[in-house]
Order: sequence, then structure tokens, then C-alpha cells
Amino acid sequence: MRLIVPLRGVIQGRGGLFVGSLIPCCLFYFLQLYLKGRRPPPSDPTELPRTSSRSNLFSRGNSIGRVRVSSRAAPVAKPSDSPYYIGLERVKTDPYDRILNTNGIIQLGLAESTLCFDLLQRWMSENLMESIMQSDHGEFDISSIAMYKPFEGLLELRVAFADFMSRIMGGKVSFDPSNMVITAGGTPAIEVLAFCLADHGNAFLIPTPYYPGFERDIKFRTGVELIPVHCRSSDNFTVTVSALEQAFNQARKRGSKVSGILFSNPSNPVGNILSRETLHAILEFAQEKNIHVISDEIFAGSVYGDKEFVSMAEIADSGEIDKSRVHIIYALSKDLSIPGFRAGVIYSFHEDVVNAAKKLMRFSSVSVPVQRILISLLSDVKFIEDYMTTHRQRIRNKHIRFVEGLKQLGIPCAESGGGLYCWVDMSSLLTSYSEKGELELFEKLLSVAKINATPGTACFCIEPGWFRCCFTALADEDIPVIMDRMRQLAESIRS
Amino acid sequence: MTLTGIYRSRRSGTPDSETSSGGGGTAVMRVIVPLQGVVQGHGGLVLGSVIPCAFFYFLQFYLKRNRTDDPEPEPDPAIQNSASSTNNNSGSSSPSQSELNGLARSLSRVIISPRSSGAHVSVSGRANCILKGGDSPGLRRVEEDSYDESGNPDGIIELGLVQNKLSLDVIKDWVSQTSVGLSSSGIASYEPPDGLMELKMGVTRLMSEATKNAVTFDPTQLVLTSGAASAIEILSFCLADSGNAFLVPTPCSPGFDVDVKWRNGLEIIHVPCRSSDNFNISVTALDRSFSQAKKRGVRIRGVIISNPSNPMGSLLTRENLYALLDFTREKNIHIISNEIFASSVHGDEEEAEFVSIAEIADTEENLDKERVHIVYDLSKDLSFPGLRAGAIYSFNENVLAASRKLTAFSPVSSPSQHLLISAISKPEFIQTYIKTNRQRLQRIYSEFVKGLKGLGIECMRSNGGLFCWADMRGLISSYSEKGEIELWNKFLNIGKINVTPGSCCHCIEPGWFRFCFSNLSDKDVLVVMNRIRKVCKSQD
Repeated sequence: MRLIVPLRGVIQGRGGLFVGSLIPCCLFYFLQLYLKGRRPPPSDPTELPRTSSRSNLFSRGNSIGRVRVSSRAAPVAKPSDSPYYIGLERVKTDPYDRILNTNGIIQLGLAESTLCFDLLQRWMSENLMESIMQSDHGEFDISSIAMYKPFEGLLELRVAFADFMSRIMGGKVSFDPSNMVITAGGTPAIEVLAFCLADHGNAFLIPTPYYPGFERDIKFRTGVELIPVHCRSSDNFTVTVSALEQAFNQARKRGSKVSGILFSNPSNPVGNILSRETLHAILEFAQEKNIHVISDEIFAGSVYGDKEFVSMAEIADSGEIDKSRVHIIYALSKDLSIPGFRAGVIYSFHEDVVNAAKKLMRFSSVSVPVQRILISLLSDVKFIEDYMTTHRQRIRNKHIRFVEGLKQLGIPCAESGGGLYCWVDMSSLLTSYSEKGELELFEKLLSVAKINATPGTACFCIEPGWFRCCFTALADEDIPVIMDRMRQLAESIRS
Repeated sequence: MTLTGIYRSRRSGTPDSETSSGGGGTAVMRVIVPLQGVVQGHGGLVLGSVIPCAFFYFLQFYLKRNRTDDPEPEPDPAIQNSASSTNNNSGSSSPSQSELNGLARSLSRVIISPRSSGAHVSVSGRANCILKGGDSPGLRRVEEDSYDESGNPDGIIELGLVQNKLSLDVIKDWVSQTSVGLSSSGIASYEPPDGLMELKMGVTRLMSEATKNAVTFDPTQLVLTSGAASAIEILSFCLADSGNAFLVPTPCSPGFDVDVKWRNGLEIIHVPCRSSDNFNISVTALDRSFSQAKKRGVRIRGVIISNPSNPMGSLLTRENLYALLDFTREKNIHIISNEIFASSVHGDEEEAEFVSIAEIADTEENLDKERVHIVYDLSKDLSFPGLRAGAIYSFNENVLAASRKLTAFSPVSSPSQHLLISAISKPEFIQTYIKTNRQRLQRIYSEFVKGLKGLGIECMRSNGGLFCWADMRGLISSYSEKGEIELWNKFLNIGKINVTPGSCCHCIEPGWFRFCFSNLSDKDVLVVMNRIRKVCKSQD
């Protein structure tokens, strides 16, 4: 009662209300303050007097004395649990070689092409050093490659890049070099765009199945969420506006802000090409919701079917709709088969995005000698024309062989017209029609058939049993080996 | 219970005083009365304290929620109504918001929407911050009108950009010789983005060379990135979470602000060093800043230093490094040592000794090295910034594992890697280069400093790096940042030279400037001195 008594005295006196309320409040405030002051645990090493003997007391395994890394670095550091990366790692331990390791694992998980290495090799051996050491007036000036240059890429390179992109897209659309920022590959291009278009905690809609690397590219550092928009085999995995609408509304109900739509065209992993109508519908949807559109057109030059490829840039240019919401990602790693060069581009109709990306290129710019090589390579029109024709022709041939081989085993593929892969329906080989069944098959493919194909789960496909197989790093004689291995696996499962 | 008894009797003895005080406001008493009742009843002590506390808590809560609309706390009447008004207010503000969200969205609304001009879609908030910052007006001016001895003798001379043009002839010979090696190697295909082992071994050899082989670096602890900027960005991402901070002794490299803050959402707390201590880092000052930050509730995750320091060009001594390491151990934080100018030491062989923090970390037994991280820049030390190749060297397995994955965003391309391998795998090239470069730096440095001295301008004594730190306090019209910027403008417009003012390096004393002399040839030094003299005269 001692606490209350003075209070009562005050109440009965003058100004009772004020002081009578103030005193308990003060007491409470001091309690809070006291608690706050005590909050750091007494084990905090900063409070202890430091002697040099103390450091010797720390055993290295002890967590007390160890310095911690940030909590956001921890998920990055730990090995990925996506089957996509697991498969890639497994191949590294025991890679197939036609002569040296005939029992090794065959890589069908990495979208790279070796089909036109002969052409590239020839060009490189003839032009590489000349292009690095090219000069305007006779003498080679080392400072033209050694010194700092604009991070967004030399103007000459952007002009050559714009011209090249328009060329592979059939000349129907022209690109403006001033809307362009050269990046060190497609991966930083996607990250920088995500960073510029969405804040931490915002989301992008993304039609499934999608490229497994997006998870890493977008989630590692930008904190942007990916909201899957499920597509089904009955539509040949083409996105519909009603599905987008539904996902958008659900996201909003959950309180997350949708900042844009991200998709790849030709799609990765299915390989289908979005029609003009679908692209129109997506852009209109984005306009209605006032969100961005990111079109990843990294396989635009690897189109081998009859269907025509249409760039989002063409739709944006066709008028009526505000195009500042349209952003395109392109890279040379797939179409020109030079992933080692790490050259990509952000093409955006939004001035602010271009300017912010230019500044961020401080962290991911292309080295100047490489820019010089690319300028010569991309401006060599005759080489590019030859290369593109051969590249398409060879993918088409390989695709036919591969799909035909699978068909004979009773394994169908989704219809596709672009990309370095096909989307294979192995649901007939599943022991149970579920994600678990699919992962079991993935494991069997790896350890029994010794083939690394990317399972649909890694691509967030809603239907189990689909696998992405990249066939462009295979030689013709590898295909029968794969079919043989597949046949044995299929027989052992079906029997 | 006896206490309650006394209380009750005293209360009943003075019934009048209550009513008379109530004359001041009967409404006022309504809040207190139930309290009194409770006090007189059972469990009085507990409830009697809890109820006012609860009121106070709700008040705080209410104020917190309404802080933006109504920063001024209402006087005591608010206390009586606090319970009801919280309900009212929160009730009235939230429906209006949900109404807004609930509006049927149609195309027309998008167009009307005042958020941006027309139907423009906006970029993210963090991109907006980037758009505002990081500009360097001097650099742009130089780009537009750069000095050329014969072509544009009145152009602006670059002394702000840290690049080394002194040994380009050596680099040129090397590039011309590598033509055969490059085209035959598989430069087109995927390589590990964190660097080929062959290159890592070369880099660690180069790093050892800079310490005169006092340290051997382990290539498995090295991760290559596209330049020092991305190395610092990746390291700070791995060491600190959004909202945490790093201590940075100033004056410091102007790039830290961008590299640490832009995408990582981290803070930098500057720890000022003063000319009276020769701008030496003082652990006492670090300690003070650390405690102040802690009081403010900011978590410090590490210290970032440059050695050789940028912009002063001084080398940290063993004692400095021991003290720093002791400090970080005491606070259990990280230390990032930015050693990008390790091979650009140009002082006297005897007294100017570069000591890497790795050496300190190695010498003490049982010291947990996991807090030590080194940033290295291959392209700076090889006068080849266009190559965009830097490195992270860390003793921390987690940091290395995370950094390796993050280099996918800042990779070194295969052609660059092969080009570098061809250079640094030849020990004779490295030795010739470092020796030649050192001599040339030494010469141009002494000439530049002598020239400035002739004009009555003193420089800090420096032994490393590509710049000197000049004391122009005597030249500024007012001893303030404004005076410094005025002088900088004069340098740019009258003197036609682009330099870095101390305020860019967060120096707290105005009047210091950084001159990057490695941009100059011998002849240029005279031109620059004449131009500075011109500015000095105009200032008198």
C-alpha cells in the first residue's frame, strides 16, 4: 500500500487528477527505461575488461568469441537445395567424356551451346587480338583499353549491340542505344532491374514453369518476392490474363505489392514462343494495374521453329500504351554461345531505370578489352549473318534428333520453337504422380541412367513429371548413348 | 491488510476534501474515482498501479501511431479520454485508407492518378535514392573538355580520378605479347565466376610480392570480383544486415559511401581523424563512436580502413594494425582492410614498409582470424582499371561461400581472366613492372610535392598510393566547407584542373585537397603548377 498512499493524498488535494495520473505514469516510464537499459545480455563481451589472456581462452569452435556474418549472408552461403543446382554439382563430380569417362553423368541441365564453336573459334583466331589492339590512327593506344571508361558501355558497343539485337529479331524493331545499359551478363541485368523496379518486400508475378536461376538472381540480394502464376500443359504452358489477374488479386489480399510481371520469351524451360496477342494482353494487363513488364529475351536468336518471335519492344513501340513500363533483358551467352564473355544488356524505355542502372554498373560492368572484342564481333555483319543461320539450323537438326529419339521410347515433349532445350513429359515413368515421384525419378536419372536433367519442381511447375533437357551441348553421337540409357531406365521402371 | 484499514479510515475521515477538489472539474474525477474504488477494495495495490500504467501505455501507443499527423501530445484531458480516443482515432483513420484501397480500379484512374505525370509507372524508392547521388560534376566536365597537350591545351587536367598512367608502356608490351595465348584458350565457355585457380594463384603471389613475401596468401581463400567496388559491396553485404553500420575513419575514400550504402542498406559512421595527429586513426575515437552508436541503438558490424590510406597515402604501422585488430576483437566486430594500393608503395625502401593485415592476423596465435577481410584490386595495381578485376581475401568460410555465389552478379569475364593469367604467371613481368612503376611514382611524387612547396603549399608525407593530400587551408577564403568548395570551383574553372576536395572524403577540416598525380607526365606537372599558381594569385 505504501505506493498508493501518496497517490491518494494527492488525489484528495488540489490538482489531484494531473499529479495522480502523472506519478504512476512516471513510475511505469522508469520501469520501461530500466528494462531497456538492462536489455543487452550481461554476457556482452564489450562490458568485460579485456586482457590479452582472454583471447587465448576462446576456443575456436566456441560460438561466444566468434564473429558472426550477416543473417542475410547465411542463406546465400549454404548449399542450394534446388535440384537444378544439386544436379549441376553432381555432374562436376563425374562428368561424361566420350573417351575418358564413358560411364560419367551426361549434362542436360546447363543451357549452353557448343554447336557453333567451330565458327567462333575461327573468328577469334583471326580477329581477337586485332580487335583488342585496334587503333584509330595507326599506333595502338593502350589507354583506350586500360583506363576507366563509362560503366554502361562504350557508345560504339551500344550501337553495335542495338544493331545486332534488331538483326536477330528479324529487323522488325529497332533499338535505341541511349536506352541501353551493357551489363556483365544476364544475371546482373535481372538483379539490377529487380532492384530498380521494386522495393524490398514487393513482388513480381512470374508465370510457371520458370528458369530456376531467377530464384537466386532476384531473391539473394534484392528482397523481391516471386509470385508464381501457374500455367498448365493443357494450354501448352502459356500464360493467360485471367491467371495473372487471379494471382494479382490474391497477392493484394495478402498485402503484398505487385510491382511487375517477369517472363521469358522464348520461354525457359518450355521453349514456346509467346504470340503477338499474348504479349498485347500482358502489356494491357500491366497498364491496367500500373505495373512493370520485364521480358527476358535471352533466347531470341535461338528460335528454330516456324513460329515467329516477337519482341516486347515491338509491341511497346506499336503505340497507344505507355511504354515506359517495358524493360527487356538480353545477353550474348546463349545466342552467340559466349557465356564466358559475360555480356548482357538492359533495354528500358524508362529514363530513370536507365540512369539508375548506369550508376549501378559500377558493380557489374564489362571489362574494356572485352568490350573492344564485342564491338568487332557484333559489327562483323557477314560473320553474324552466317553464324545466326548456322546456329538456328544446327539447333533445329539437334532438336529433331533428340525429340525423335525420345518419341521412340514413348516419351513426348511439349511443343517448342526456341531455346536450347526441350520440355519432356516423363510422367509415364513416375512411380507416383507427385512431386515426390518426380524427385525420385530425378535421382534415378542421375544415379542409374547417369543423366542430369532439370526436374519441373526446380522450375516450380505445378504438374509433376516434366523435365528440361538441354541438347545443344551434345555431339550427334551422344544422342544414341542418352537414348540407350533412357531405354534401360524406362524398361526397368515399366517392367 | 492493516494498511488497507488505515487507508480506509483516513479516506472516510476526509470526505469533503474530495468533493471540494472536484469543484475544479467533476468530469476530471471520473477517471480517478474507479481507481480509488479499486484501491479501497481487494487487490488494491496491484490494480491501482496497473490501471494508470495501462492508460499511460495506451497513450504512448496512441502517440506513436499518430506521430506524423499530430506530433504535439495533448495535455492532461487526453489522459482521461485516452482509452476512448484511441478507439475513435484508429477507427476513423483506417476506414478512410481501406476505402482508398477498395476503390474499383479502372484504366481512367491510372491516368488521373497524381502519383506521376500521366500514366507513368514509378521506379522503386531505392532506385530513386541512387538517381540522386553518386554524381561527380568534375568528372563530367573533364569528359567534355579534357586536356591534350597538342589537341586541347586549354582543356581540364584530370587529377581527381585515381588511375595510373605512368607505366602504360610496360602494360602495352605485355598486352601485345599475349596475342597467341589468348585466342587458343577456351575463353568463350563458362568458367567459375569467382576465378580460375590458375589466376587465383597468380593473384596471391602478387599480393605476397607486395608484402615482400612476409605473408603467403592461400588461393582457396580468394574470390575474384569485377573490381574493388563490387568486392566491398559483396563483403559488406555478407558482414552486416540492413540498418547496421560500419565505422570508417575519415578522411576516407569517397567510393565507400556508394559501395556500402546503395544496395546494401547499411550505414557508415565516420570517425574523424585530425591533422594535428597526422590523420592517424585513433582507437579512442573509434571506441567513442562505437559507444555512441550503441547508445543510439545502431549495431556496428565492423571497421573499414584503407592501407595505404586513401586520400592521405600514408601506410599503417604494425602498432596501428595491432591496435585496430585488438579493438575489433574487443568489440567482436569485423575488419575490412582495403589494400588496393599495396603494390603502389613509392616511399623510401627502408622506412616505407607496407604491412598487410593478413600478416598481423597470422602472427598471433589463437587469434580468431575470421573477422579479417582484405579487399584487393588487380586492375589498380596493374594500371589497368579497364580490366575490372578485384578480389576478396577472407579467413571466414561463410563469407567466402556466400561471396563465391554473389560473384555471379559481378563476374570477371574469361578473356580478362586469361589476359591476367598471361601477365601474372610470368614472375619477371611482375617484378619489372612493380620496380619500374615504383620508380616512376617516386619521381613524379617528389616532383609534384616539390612544385607545390614552391607555391607554399605543404603536403602530408605519403608513402603509397597514387595521390598526395595537400594542405590548402591558407588559400580558402573562409574556413568552412563553403570556402573549400569555392576554391574547388576556382580550380575547375580558372585553373582548369579537376581535384578532389576533402569534403568528398568526409574530412572534417576544410581546406585539404587530394591530387592524383599518377595521371600526369613530367611535362604536365609544370603545366599543373602554373595553373595552381594562377588560382593562388586570384585568391589573394
